[in-house]
Amino acid sequence: MNLIDSTQAKNTLLSSEIAASERTLYPYVTGTSVIGIKYKDGILMAADMGGSYGSTLRYKSVERLKPVGKHSLLGASGEISDFQEILRYLDELILYDNMWDDGNSLGPKEVHNYLTRVMYNRRNKFNPLWNSLVLGGVKNGQKYLGTVSMIGVHFEDNHVATGFGNHLARPILRDEWHENLSFEDGVKLLEKCMLVLLYRDRSAVNKLQIAKITEEGFTSYPPYALKTFWNFSAFQNPTVGAEGSW
Amino acid sequence: MFRNQYDTDVTTWSPAGRLFQVEYAMEAVKQGSAAIGLRSKTHVVLACVNKANSELSSHQKKIFKADDHIGVAIAGLTADGRVLSRYMRSECINYSYTYESPLPVGRLVVQLADKAQVCTQRSWKRPYGVGLLVAGLDESGAHLYYNCPSGNYFEYQSFAIGSRSQAAKTYLERKFANFMSSSREDLLKDALFALRETLQGEKLTSSACTVAVVGVGEAFHILDNQTVQTLIDSLEIAEEGPVNEEGPAADQGPPADLDPPADLGHPPAEPAVAPMDI
Repeated sequence: MNLIDSTQAKNTLLSSEIAASERTLYPYVTGTSVIGIKYKDGILMAADMGGSYGSTLRYKSVERLKPVGKHSLLGASGEISDFQEILRYLDELILYDNMWDDGNSLGPKEVHNYLTRVMYNRRNKFNPLWNSLVLGGVKNGQKYLGTVSMIGVHFEDNHVATGFGNHLARPILRDEWHENLSFEDGVKLLEKCMLVLLYRDRSAVNKLQIAKITEEGFTSYPPYALKTFWNFSAFQNPTVGAEGSW
Repeated sequence: MFRNQYDTDVTTWSPAGRLFQVEYAMEAVKQGSAAIGLRSKTHVVLACVNKANSELSSHQKKIFKADDHIGVAIAGLTADGRVLSRYMRSECINYSYTYESPLPVGRLVVQLADKAQVCTQRSWKRPYGVGLLVAGLDESGAHLYYNCPSGNYFEYQSFAIGSRSQAAKTYLERKFANFMSSSREDLLKDALFALRETLQGEKLTSSACTVAVVGVGEAFHILDNQTVQTLIDSLEIAEEGPVNEEGPAADQGPPADLDPPADLGHPPAEPAVAPMDI
């Protein structure tokens, strides 16, 4: 019965409409920027806990930084449901890797490349996973930090960011990042970037999550809010001096 | 081994719990020409006897590179060996493409073993008639594995397969305790000594053998004739003390052997250039 119904339903759709219902067109619940930096002991990442539904800041406790296996940390912006799907893929990948039980394990470089393949292949089918990912980790003393976009663009660097973070945070990091940051300095640097994003990114919420990955493993810190200041004198009476404004 | 009523199908057990077709496949390995492998902590060496059927023909290829960090030596049905090498190369390159990282040799070996096992449990297939000595590197160092037609695999410090391999094994059993800490050169020398054992008195020349090495910082590659002959010459000078002694300049006509007559009549103690040395 059901089969007949769906064919009848399909007969009323144009072929372009059928195709569209079977692939990603636009994201629904989205996360905003993720920032990642290398520091002395490994990788530090920051992301806020917001899940926006269009212009509504709807969900405020979304964890966008997750550990992967023993050696890696994944942060995602973009469609949250696609991020959850990616976590399922990675779960399976790590499971099979562990099942070998042979002393070999997938490190952050391998996970990054696997994700690149997945994202690029989906893009080729015109059905992308609508995410920008940051993948960081440490294995055998080697630090690794990379990013993959929804179209499969991927690269490694000492500091990476997604979305608005690329425009607002990376310039700060280019000036102030250096090799062998201490944990405290790293967090301060991330907070500086997140503050700018909080002021200037409409989809940012003031509840951020910081996570780190070192040789010892993954650690996530309890979420907290940044102190903001809204009384800068330059913004008092902002229209004074603007001809014709009120 | 004698024929019996349980040996027609690979999927027929004998009352004693044996699969004769699988055992016959292992016999095929024993009939092939010898292949030897040894490993230290950082290097693995593979060496094979490589005699051409006649002066007119080229040698059979018995050592294959699967990836920069993995190589394999075969004994038995070389056609089966070629097909399995192609499978290994395919697996290595696919893994590299997905993970930007070399396939750990231990995992490749298990995949090969599982592939071989399938052929022992399908009535429309036959077991692969080739034994594989897989040499490779992974995170935990250098490894040498032996893959059987039965689908079993074992890791070895050193091993020899093929005809007259027992002579090589006897030599290796005496020396293997030191292999882990051997240098690359010592490992190569021991490989050649062991190879010489399988020749039972015949002269070892670089045209009749193939040697390959893989190590930390050294991609898998087959040594060229020149290098091998230099190593062989230095063996003769060192004069270790294997069963058969060979005077450096003496021209020993190879004793009548299981080799075809066309092989007799070597030119006197010089690096022999084989006909059609490809």
